[in-house]
Amino acid sequence: MNDIVLPEHSGPELHLDGPRLQLADLRNVLVECAGDLDDVELGEAALDRLFTDLGYDSLAILETAAAVGQRYGVELRDEDVAEAVTPRAFLLLVNRTLATAAQGTPS
Amino acid sequence: MTATSVTGAPVTGLSAGTAPPVVTGIGVVAPNGLGVQEWWDATLRGESGIRLVPGYDAARYPSPLAGVVTGFDAAAMLPGRLLPQTDRVTRLALVAAQWAFEDSGADPAALPEYTTGVATSNATGGFEFTHREVRKLWTEGPGRVSVYESFAWFYAVNTGQISIRHGLRGPGSVLVADQAGGLDTFGQARRMLGKGAALVVSGGVESALDPWGLLSHHSGGRLSGVRDPARAYLPFDEAAAGHVPGEGGALLVVESASAAAERGARQVYGQLAGHASTFDPPPGSGRPPGLARAARLALAQAGVAPADVDVVFADAAARPALDDAEAAALEELFGPYGVPVTAPKTLTGRLTAGGPPLDVVAALLTLRHGLIPPTAHVERPVPRHRLDLVRGEPRPARVRTALVLARGHGGFNSALVVTAPSGAPAAPDADRGPRTEPDADRGPRTEEEGIA
Repeated sequence: MNDIVLPEHSGPELHLDGPRLQLADLRNVLVECAGDLDDVELGEAALDRLFTDLGYDSLAILETAAAVGQRYGVELRDEDVAEAVTPRAFLLLVNRTLATAAQGTPS
Repeated sequence: MTATSVTGAPVTGLSAGTAPPVVTGIGVVAPNGLGVQEWWDATLRGESGIRLVPGYDAARYPSPLAGVVTGFDAAAMLPGRLLPQTDRVTRLALVAAQWAFEDSGADPAALPEYTTGVATSNATGGFEFTHREVRKLWTEGPGRVSVYESFAWFYAVNTGQISIRHGLRGPGSVLVADQAGGLDTFGQARRMLGKGAALVVSGGVESALDPWGLLSHHSGGRLSGVRDPARAYLPFDEAAAGHVPGEGGALLVVESASAAAERGARQVYGQLAGHASTFDPPPGSGRPPGLARAARLALAQAGVAPADVDVVFADAAARPALDDAEAAALEELFGPYGVPVTAPKTLTGRLTAGGPPLDVVAALLTLRHGLIPPTAHVERPVPRHRLDLVRGEPRPARVRTALVLARGHGGFNSALVVTAPSGAPAAPDADRGPRTEPDADRGPRTEEEGIA
């Protein structure tokens, strides 16, 4: 797992008019789908930590992505989800996909 | 002798090297008790865990009774992360494994990485989880099916989850042979330890009592339709009419005698002295079923003669023909009324793969406490069986060697010989006479003992 390249820490910068996934929303869906973090707080400080370090493996993220997809009406590709290895990357993926869908252009 | 009825044998009495593996920790999740002490106390008191299956209208089912684990609060007992990905059966197994480790005091992290393993048995998998996900598949679509269905259903999942949680990175096995598989895990543990493992978690836990699971038990054709919990499961009784299913089981920490001695294990419950499995010949072959042969092979491996066996924990199928066959095997091995026979599973129902491991725990505690738990509810033993069936109250007895038997639907037979810890005093609780030293004539006759 050492060769994973973390995404740029530029922060979610897209400004959307439609529904937008926030960190708190992600936390709720994660807990619902993959269980509570017994000793880790999923706050701003955790944005750039690896999901695996937070205790969520790839299946947990797939499960979460499926639930987010249903709830927000977006289709996330498994390959993209697999590359979203931090909460920030996951939020970026979802919100970019939402923005793209809102503009009506195929991704 | 420093051993007491509570602490068991001092570990210093262990011989190293080729001595049989030893049980150092026990975790029990049973319909009539959570935790080894609660279950043993309930078993000696004759408290049954057989009841109407809760949670839905089981009374509409042809066999509505089961041994049901009550008071099990998974959310309070397991990390939240494990809940969405586990069926009830795995939650029960994870708690049993944790309790076994706590009881044994063994620390897998202190052992070489690939010397710790798991061998569990399970026959039905995660029924309730799968039932829910299949319902979602057909009512809400494939996108709603949990990704965890990929492994939560699987009868191998208990071995995997236990391995991950406790860092047991050596050999991992799953045995599937109905009830017999639960006993086969101890033979598998013996093999793993013989090939160099230091510690193996073995045993089994079962749970499939949701509507689909209960119906699946029923489709096996061996369930009792009797609706009185005290009359539904009566092995070796004139009124035997099938069994009651149940959930739960036991997981045990099994260590090589040398590993337990080296780390100074605080207790040894007993030795897994010999195990054998056989398969019945096909119907119509004219050859006898394989149960007696399994017992004989296990005794031979243990270096124990039938006359040395102090108690038998029977398979106790409660189908008349199967009871007849088991009684015949016991008479062939031990003679008429030749050995005390018991079936404390009459208080839990047959737990599929979880049943025989619970019988192994009963055997180990019988060695320790010198009390044979009785066969509950049986009032009219079949006379032609000529069994010394322990009924009514627990029977005080000096027990050094126990034989545990199990059969599985389809022709599986399994037998395990359990012996008192090497150097242990015999049955302190029952030893009310002046004798305090082990009885030299009835010590465990393991073939390795003389050369250790």
